[in-house]
Amino acid sequence: MVITILGLSVIVFVVSRVAPGDPAKLAAGPDATEEMVEVIRKEFGLDQPLVIQYFKYMKGLIQGDFGRSIRTRHLVWNDIKTYLPATFELVFTSITFAIFFGILFGILSSVYRDLWIDHILRFFTVTGVAIPMFWLGIMLQLLLAAKFHLLPLGGRLDTMVNPPTLITRFFLIDSLITGNWLVFKNAFVHILLPAFVLSFPALASITRINRAEMLEVLHKDFVLNEKAQGISDGLIIYKYALKNTLIPTLTMIGLRYGWMLGGTILVETVFNWPGIGNYAVGAAVYSDFQPVMGVTIILGLNFMIANLLVDIGYGFLDPRVRYE
Amino acid sequence: MRIFRELPRWREERKGQVRDLKLSIYTLSRSPLSVIGFFLVLFFFLIALIGPWIITYPQDITGAVHMDQRLRSPSLAHPFGTDEVGRDIYSRVVIGTRLSLQIGLIIIFVAMGIGVPLGILAGYMGGWVNNLVMRITDIFLSVPGLLLALAIVGALGPGIKNAMIALSIVWWPGYVRLVQGKTLSLREEPFVEAARSIGASRFRIIFKHILPNCTSPIIVKASMDMGMAILFAANLGFIGVGAQPPEPEWGAMISVGRNYLPDRWWMATFPGLAILVTVLGFNLLGDGLRDVLDPQSRGQIR
Repeated sequence: MVITILGLSVIVFVVSRVAPGDPAKLAAGPDATEEMVEVIRKEFGLDQPLVIQYFKYMKGLIQGDFGRSIRTRHLVWNDIKTYLPATFELVFTSITFAIFFGILFGILSSVYRDLWIDHILRFFTVTGVAIPMFWLGIMLQLLLAAKFHLLPLGGRLDTMVNPPTLITRFFLIDSLITGNWLVFKNAFVHILLPAFVLSFPALASITRINRAEMLEVLHKDFVLNEKAQGISDGLIIYKYALKNTLIPTLTMIGLRYGWMLGGTILVETVFNWPGIGNYAVGAAVYSDFQPVMGVTIILGLNFMIANLLVDIGYGFLDPRVRYE
Repeated sequence: MRIFRELPRWREERKGQVRDLKLSIYTLSRSPLSVIGFFLVLFFFLIALIGPWIITYPQDITGAVHMDQRLRSPSLAHPFGTDEVGRDIYSRVVIGTRLSLQIGLIIIFVAMGIGVPLGILAGYMGGWVNNLVMRITDIFLSVPGLLLALAIVGALGPGIKNAMIALSIVWWPGYVRLVQGKTLSLREEPFVEAARSIGASRFRIIFKHILPNCTSPIIVKASMDMGMAILFAANLGFIGVGAQPPEPEWGAMISVGRNYLPDRWWMATFPGLAILVTVLGFNLLGDGLRDVLDPQSRGQIR
């Protein structure tokens, strides 16, 4: 994992520095003199050889220093710290939603195979992965927010509402802990739409894989045996069949979590969610690479941790994995 | 008239292949979703092919400005309405098909061009070559694709060419994974061993025995990826680092149209539908092809 992170940092670094544009010039503005550009170049160490720049960057990285944005002069780490909780709140809400309903829909679809509910769910699973997330977001905004005024257009809270006391920095949890119902309600209606959109492809593919696995398991002999013993359908599904489907589902969850981390860029842009994806896009458009590198490394790291958790999860779900 | 004498023999020789093909077509046509996918893809190619002849306002594809026609709602003259400078959205969506096709094909071919040889090399050679290639592949796969693409485009600067470069860089590791796994298992097959034992060169084994056996999963993956690559290019266009506005790219069109919501709903709606239909078509076709060509690997590819 350490090697992977190192490799990732090299790739991101090389990519950002072989770029044709001159970041110093961009930062200095169109009517800057040659000297001003030179000063900025010195300030950010852009006049030194690439290898030295890389080692400097890595040295900072180990100490938690992600460099400075060349455009706003902010420390990237401080920016990331500000924006990261919003992203995680969104991503965690979405993945929880996707896992819960994905498994539920998968079960429903397999148990009521070829009935209307199965057809609806299957239609939804095929379109779910094909629909452009940002477009779905815009359409829902148009319909639910702009037309019927059911939900807010974007943001994390209304401007009139003060954020709750920050404990976990997740507005939903913080407002619950402090018993601040008004804020909770407000945060909840704000997160509803972005979380739904972000979870949509994941929900579709989790449903799909869970359905396929359930169908396979439900035809196994041991299920027939349990039925013969008079164990109720609910118990068979929940206790015996479902557990056998969870490993492929878990693989899919891990994979989709990664996609979600990428997709959050789009959803945050659409819903003006003050998260890390929005931040990265804002920087990328101006070729301000320090923030983009920081975000890439942080989210890459997060994805690696998620993969590790998935691997550990296999051990929980299947004792055989543990003994190997 | 030699051909008439040769034809029956040719038929005889190819009998097995023809039977396989017939079976494949039959299996594919039995699944309604695959048939829908097939026709959607066919439709997409057709539109891309005849696009320039069915559009009504060819000058609107690039920078034409008709301020007197701006922001018209859908009508007979403009079936999908007009945009902020009076360009016909229908014409632009139709021509966008060509652009998307081009983007998809280039990304997939570049990704295959890098990924397939590397995968075969890693799988066949094994040892440190395998380790090195797979390690590098893992690094690329450790970051969410869209994010890496964003980082690369952020560095190279916005634009459609750079978006394609970025997406190609993001896409090849998938093919390495696929081909390497397949090659690893093929290497141990008796027919490969037999070829090796009668002194076939490495070159010959790879091209005559391994590569042909990798084609079906590659085709299946390529079909699925075609849709995904188009979707990702649209994603980049939408966040403003892909194709830039006057270009008739679907994502970029939605990005502009978004500023005119909710009243001018048509600007964002129709390009989005185009993406949806296209990606859906390739996904369904890919699914169908997988069931036909590569039944064992169900669920393995993504």
